[in-house]
Amino acid sequence: MLKDEDRIFKNLYNDLGADLISSKKRGDWTNTKDLCEKGRDWIIDEIKKSELRGRGGAGFPTGLKWSFAPKEVGSRPHYLVINADESEPGTCKDRDILRFEPHKLLEGCLIAAYAVNSHKCYIYLRGEYYNEGIELQKAIDEAYKDNLIGKNASGTGWDLDIYIHYGAGAYICGEETALLESIEGNKGQPRLKPPFPALVGLYGCPTIVNNVETVSVVPTILRKGSKWFASLGKPKNTGTKIFCISGNVNKPCNVEEEMGVPLKDLIETHAGGVVGGWENLQAVIPGGSSMPLLNKEISEKITMDFDALVENKSGLGTAGIVVINKDQDIIKCFARIARFYKHESCGQCTPCREGSGWMWRILERMAKGEASREEVEMLFDVTKQIEGHTICAFGEGSAWPVQGLLRNFKKEIIKRNNFDPLIKSNKDIPYLVDQHLLEKDNAQNKS
Amino acid sequence: MSLKKISKDQPEKFEFGQQSLEAAKKILLNYPKGKEKSAVMALLYIAQRQHNNWIPLSAIKYIAKFLNMPYIKVYEVATFYSMYNLSPVGNFHVQICTTTPCMIRGAYKIVDICKKKISEKENVLSENGNCSWTEVECLGACINAPMMQINNDYYEDLDIKQSEKIIDEVLTGKKPKPGSYRGRINSEPENNRKTLLDLKNA
Repeated sequence: MLKDEDRIFKNLYNDLGADLISSKKRGDWTNTKDLCEKGRDWIIDEIKKSELRGRGGAGFPTGLKWSFAPKEVGSRPHYLVINADESEPGTCKDRDILRFEPHKLLEGCLIAAYAVNSHKCYIYLRGEYYNEGIELQKAIDEAYKDNLIGKNASGTGWDLDIYIHYGAGAYICGEETALLESIEGNKGQPRLKPPFPALVGLYGCPTIVNNVETVSVVPTILRKGSKWFASLGKPKNTGTKIFCISGNVNKPCNVEEEMGVPLKDLIETHAGGVVGGWENLQAVIPGGSSMPLLNKEISEKITMDFDALVENKSGLGTAGIVVINKDQDIIKCFARIARFYKHESCGQCTPCREGSGWMWRILERMAKGEASREEVEMLFDVTKQIEGHTICAFGEGSAWPVQGLLRNFKKEIIKRNNFDPLIKSNKDIPYLVDQHLLEKDNAQNKS
Repeated sequence: MSLKKISKDQPEKFEFGQQSLEAAKKILLNYPKGKEKSAVMALLYIAQRQHNNWIPLSAIKYIAKFLNMPYIKVYEVATFYSMYNLSPVGNFHVQICTTTPCMIRGAYKIVDICKKKISEKENVLSENGNCSWTEVECLGACINAPMMQINNDYYEDLDIKQSEKIIDEVLTGKKPKPGSYRGRINSEPENNRKTLLDLKNA
């Protein structure tokens, strides 16, 4: 288990208070000026050496991302945007950072803004986190009052203004270009990349978009040194991470642990074990709903880091672990996830808009045992039609969980939906039908 | 993309009150000159707060004029995002998260309670017109599942009894106490904490 002194978020459970005075006692804002005075190149280099990877899901190296921002400010100002639109099912880590460690985030904003030459920082907060937003605004006001941000922030000679922009309940706005569209006052529909936001982002200006957790760990890394951070976890998967363990566990919780910690340790030690014992485990979603599930055998041995999970055809994502035990209907669980994606698709690309609905409807019928044997293959085909055919990664996010289900629980699905519609044609079941026929009453007998 | 029902009973006129106007002008300062359009989401919120939790079409027109935007652009935003209510939801808008992590911990039991106590269907006002309920997607409090949001507050770690009590209170027009309903402190593992114990006991 990670030692307490190596934990970055000491106030994860709010034992100490989130206000400025208590935060300063924990070491926030102590030598921000000195850190910035070492220069942009040093900051970016340290972050590169620490091998910090973005905590928002994709795991892109943060130092590298920052180095994409133009070195000199041209005719267009630079922007820093913090992605606090946390809405991936199973994930609730940013909420606790916003509530209990807002000053880590704000200090990180100053250092990041300094490193990428930005004078303005927008924090895109999901609209449902209204109370968290009030806490964050309180922290921003405190920081302005203490001259930690604003004109000549923390005595660095750098001006920085931080604003909160509230979202309004659209999951897709967690995608960086959709987020920028949303700040610009449009519908949150992702843009084509390239050009990447680092060159053409908010208002057409160079913009760096980072997750809350990524930015919040930056001050501690610079203070304790990149070597310290890189010494934790595994090579290329360094540092600590907040894991959210939810679902059928005895003690659901958030906990900060080293990267590469065994999944079983997390569930057994911190979350009080699976409801009904480890034997009762059916599947685990390791990284928020868009990552394919892991079956019991893999969950037994897997370590929680980017590379190990990719090797096992899944991903770390946001590290939102959802534990599903044998009391649950696994097909129903994934039908509900498919419904989530159907609801949240922005509607821009046809494969995703239509496909997410297809997946949901097929899975709902599969949960009831009303689908035909052929539809199992058809469902897989639909996921393949979506994956890779959309502007943003939402297509993959909606297709992967269904593929994971089919990979691991195909037998169960076929057992429940094992009839051939061509032979038993008098059954009142629509197959290969249009959407309007799906209402049971409308379903015509095909014979 | 959310399906939105736009209310048939629309007030003819909408204008920002003094307080809303000040809030709106303050928001505009957050954005660069010429990019006032960015404030549209915040202004819709302000309108929603002023107009008893929902946005009439006249408010959309008003905001379009206010920001010098085409009406359709504001309409587009108001219909795209799920948190803008385009028909009345009552003083208490109950939103129950039913996405998988909440579902497997029993969120649909809370839905049943709402069906019984508030209204048979989603987005329909209760008999006394005081509240309405709706199923929503992940509210980002998965470790506190099952949970619901009433207006701006989160009600976490619910069970059937507690949820019934909360809904009863809401129906009579009282605001229940937000937070965890199992007495749990924030996101820590209940009685099973293994980390940062020095700080807890300090």
